[in-house]
Amino acid sequence: MLTTTDLDTLLLTFKVASIATALMLLFGTPLAWWLARTRSAWKGIINAVVALPLVLPPTVLGFYLLVLMGPSGVIGQFTNWLGLGTLPFTFTGLVIASVLYSLPFVVQPLQAAFTTIGERPLEAAATLRASPLDTFFSVVVPLAKPGFLTATILGFAHTVGEFGVVLMVGGNIPDKTRVVSVQIYNHVEALEYSEAHWLAGCLLLFSFSVLLVLYTVLKTHPVAHQLK
Amino acid sequence: MILPINARFQLDYGTFQLVVDLTLPGSGVSVLFGHSGSGKTTLLRCIAGLQKARQGFLEINGKIWQDSNQDIFVPAYKRPLGYVFQEANLFPHLTVSANLQFGLKRIAKTASNAVDLQHIVELLGIDHLQNRMPDSLSGGERQRVAIARALALNPEVLLMDEPLASLDAKRKQEILPFLSRLHQQLNIPVLYVTHSQQEVAQLADHLVILADGLVVAEGPVPETLCRLDVPMAQDREAATVWQVTVLEQEAQYHLTRVGFSEGTLSLPMIDAGIGTRLRLQIYARDVSIALVAPTATSILNVLPATITGLTDERNGQCVVRLQVGNQVLLSHITQKSALLLGLQVGLTVYAQIKGTSILN
Repeated sequence: MLTTTDLDTLLLTFKVASIATALMLLFGTPLAWWLARTRSAWKGIINAVVALPLVLPPTVLGFYLLVLMGPSGVIGQFTNWLGLGTLPFTFTGLVIASVLYSLPFVVQPLQAAFTTIGERPLEAAATLRASPLDTFFSVVVPLAKPGFLTATILGFAHTVGEFGVVLMVGGNIPDKTRVVSVQIYNHVEALEYSEAHWLAGCLLLFSFSVLLVLYTVLKTHPVAHQLK
Repeated sequence: MILPINARFQLDYGTFQLVVDLTLPGSGVSVLFGHSGSGKTTLLRCIAGLQKARQGFLEINGKIWQDSNQDIFVPAYKRPLGYVFQEANLFPHLTVSANLQFGLKRIAKTASNAVDLQHIVELLGIDHLQNRMPDSLSGGERQRVAIARALALNPEVLLMDEPLASLDAKRKQEILPFLSRLHQQLNIPVLYVTHSQQEVAQLADHLVILADGLVVAEGPVPETLCRLDVPMAQDREAATVWQVTVLEQEAQYHLTRVGFSEGTLSLPMIDAGIGTRLRLQIYARDVSIALVAPTATSILNVLPATITGLTDERNGQCVVRLQVGNQVLLSHITQKSALLLGLQVGLTVYAQIKGTSILN
């Protein structure tokens, strides 16, 4: 059975993933839009940076974030200056790390969707008196709906599944940074295999459902497509 | 008072340059004609503001839309125009009705721009499609919706970029009558891009011929079609267009007599009332030349004419430009005939018209 602590970690995981996904959509949408349309020389570099977490071991990303957000890191000094203290081993730090870690899973489906839309509907909208912002919300967003759905689902699911970054940046603090993947690790360390089974089963079911929705309802090939 | 359109653009894409300086009439259909790569679509896009020529000046209906010297460039979405794309470009996520409303919702509702959308919808025959999605429409239906969507904005100028090019011959015939009808009912200027001589003959009042980014000929349609320095005059499909009026029906002969500024013509019977104005297309290949008035001939339409131009032979063929009063006519004849008859500029001859076709 799931213990109260397990339920707390599930709840925390859900909270981290929800907030991170919302932030990723907020920042990832303009970024993906820019990447889909720019002819700037920076495009290649930014694309590569956004895609880094896809290939980098999570511990490497977590390590750098830990250093940067620590008391002597650039970000850490900035947050200290703002009077916020340092971010490692806090809920905020965990959310920020999650956003960076899962961003390609949001940006890439959106970028692909925006590229597919092409120039023509935008030009049609312009000749029908729609300003660029108006066009984005009345034409681009509805046409890119499958892209937004894929981005949301993948971004959320990937955040739920993270472990390495969490361990590095968030640590293992109950109710603050202890998410499901870490809790499973704790159970296994303590040889509590039956508890580990329950939580692992939950994650397995969740991940499978997500992919099932993606492949059947949305008919996309999430990972294969993005890496193109 | 309808003001002319002034358009000057200079654009350089390295391999392609566009240099135009045009004054187009503020009413009627001006056709921008040329082969692919001639710059006709680029010119239209510059006028719409979809593309920005670094050097440009554009004045429509007394308003400046671009003046690069003063750093003025009105973005496309602020220009009161209607644009019809080659592919209908309907929004796939919206019904026909929502597509028609898209622009309408975004223009200020004032008395001066109130349009009768229902009238436009009926004119284009799309009333029964209102609740359909664009994907379920045929190419011709989609294009009609696109035209209605552009007109719904009550634009100050209508820009059409080869609206028929993506349709097959049957669909073209389905839309052309609508376009001709629009042409009679609209009092805004229409700029129409095409590479089809048939569409030029059917729709154009004013013709601009473009090649390699330059204007090679420009003017009212009948005169411009008959310019011998324009490749169109050499074409097998070369023709001129005359405005005629129905004068009387000769039912016993199945003929209709029509009048033009210099006389009358007998045509195979046309189902139209007396006084109807028609566009008549006369192919150069259907016009032959006689030196003396033919008395015994089966050809009914013989008009006295003066030769005002004669091209050198090409593949044994010559093009003759004939002046009938203030109307012009082209004739394709063989080089041999031209030599035997001793044709030369200034000679008075008789033009025999073997056949014509009515365009609307």
